[in-house]
Amino acid sequence: MTIEVAPVQTPTRPSPVSAPTITPARTAERGVPQTKVVIKDLRFYYKNFEALKGINLELYDRRVTAFIGPSGCGKSTLLRILNRIYALYPGQRASGQVLVDGHDILSPGQDLNLLRARIGMVFQKPTPFPMSIYDNIAFGIRLYERLSAQDLDVRVEQALRRAALWDEVKDKLKQSGLSLSGGQQQRLCIARAIAVKPEILLLDEPCSALDPLSTQRVEELIAELKSDYCIVIVTHNMQQAARSSDYTAFMYLGAMVEFDETESIFTHPRERQTEDYITGRFG
Amino acid sequence: MSRYNRRRATNVIVLTLSLAATGLGLLVLFLILGSLLANGVPALRIDLFTQATPAPGNQGGLANAIYGSVVMTAVATLIGTPIGILSGTYLAEYGRGTALAPAVRFINDILLSAPSIVIGLFIYQVMVVRMGHFSAWAGSIALAILVIPVVVRTSEDMLNLVPAGLREAAFALGTPQWKVVVMVTYRAAIQGMMTGVMLAVARIAGETAPLLFTALNNQFASTDMDAPMANLPVVIFQFAMSPYADWQRLAWGGALLITFTILVLNIFARMLASWSGATK
Repeated sequence: MTIEVAPVQTPTRPSPVSAPTITPARTAERGVPQTKVVIKDLRFYYKNFEALKGINLELYDRRVTAFIGPSGCGKSTLLRILNRIYALYPGQRASGQVLVDGHDILSPGQDLNLLRARIGMVFQKPTPFPMSIYDNIAFGIRLYERLSAQDLDVRVEQALRRAALWDEVKDKLKQSGLSLSGGQQQRLCIARAIAVKPEILLLDEPCSALDPLSTQRVEELIAELKSDYCIVIVTHNMQQAARSSDYTAFMYLGAMVEFDETESIFTHPRERQTEDYITGRFG
Repeated sequence: MSRYNRRRATNVIVLTLSLAATGLGLLVLFLILGSLLANGVPALRIDLFTQATPAPGNQGGLANAIYGSVVMTAVATLIGTPIGILSGTYLAEYGRGTALAPAVRFINDILLSAPSIVIGLFIYQVMVVRMGHFSAWAGSIALAILVIPVVVRTSEDMLNLVPAGLREAAFALGTPQWKVVVMVTYRAAIQGMMTGVMLAVARIAGETAPLLFTALNNQFASTDMDAPMANLPVVIFQFAMSPYADWQRLAWGGALLITFTILVLNIFARMLASWSGATK
């Protein structure tokens, strides 16, 4: 079947290999989705401004969930709660519950470093550390594991291979991570995130700074990785949400307007607002 | 006159004044450097580096003063740099949102602009009076106090230039804060921070006032940190004020040496800064 992702901008991707159609086989192939994260009545405040107004949502293991919505709707805010990266900044606080495997990560006793080691994140701008390509990957592994040099080499290679970067960097592992191109840097950051074997992968507009070819590679990577991880992706790109996610959550003004399988959202959304947004009439 | 012509005229006048002011500043600078070179270069003999300060009329050099300046500057830098970097780290990394950080920053700014002679008098009171004698230690501590605020300021500024995204990325891997600071933000800011240290060294290398009350001077070669120690600025001060031609000649040589050293340090600091800018 074909999907009307209609009057949004035309796809700029040069390759016909992975056509932007939604293949409905995905859920059937990988069994019944298991709930990984349950979000209950989640509210978030920047000082006194309420940025999230009572979000309820479930995220599934081995599935990709996309957060879409106009700028300022709170989708990045929601993502940044899931690894509690917001806690770095005074004046930002969350209330409600975020249960990861049944455990509330908003509880005061939660160890943030251990939490973040389980929940990887990739940011909008590529953020390679100012060290060699090898050390960029090894950095996170060394934090929680004590490995021999050989074992570490293996893990670094595995991560780079999974991120489809190995062939491009295998001869220059000692070079600075900053010497890579933007698209390579972003894949390096994804490799760095998966090297520590997290359970959940959070992607905050990972392709917005990348050219179409790099975007395609990252999307292929997401498709590859979802067999192992619970992946959440924030995107402004409607086709990207349609192409790479199993579930889509449409947010507006800090509220969850609609959440459903991506196919349903893009073919017959229940809410008028959702339809208007995905067809490009507003937002 | 139309508005356009008036603007053009204003532009020409302001441009002329700016150029004149720049020219005046450069002229004075080159006059100073010129007379320094004219009088100092003839004094640059091998004796200057090998022999100690002489009595008037005798052969001699500045070896003990050069040694004293190098040692006291080095000790001051070694003491002041860690304190400065750690304080700057607190301000940039740990103190955000606390009430203490703005207070520390304010006091540091006062210290940064405090006249150096006040620092000298302070150490005189705290160390020299209690110990009962002038010493190279007191001189080094006085200079260290001058190093600290410069390094605090530049360290904080350089750490603040590290993009928040880089820090977040490190935290997002589950990195403890001290490791984020040491392994990631320091690495990103290290060249800028080193530039700050260089500028601090350049600042104290020529300081006279804090040493007058602390290390004083020593006519003889001495490596005892617990005794008065000769140093270039005070020797230049003493020799330049003297009526003896050979002392004055040595003072010119010392002045050239110290100016040249500071010039090199500043150029090196700038190169470091632009180099770090290129890798960002």
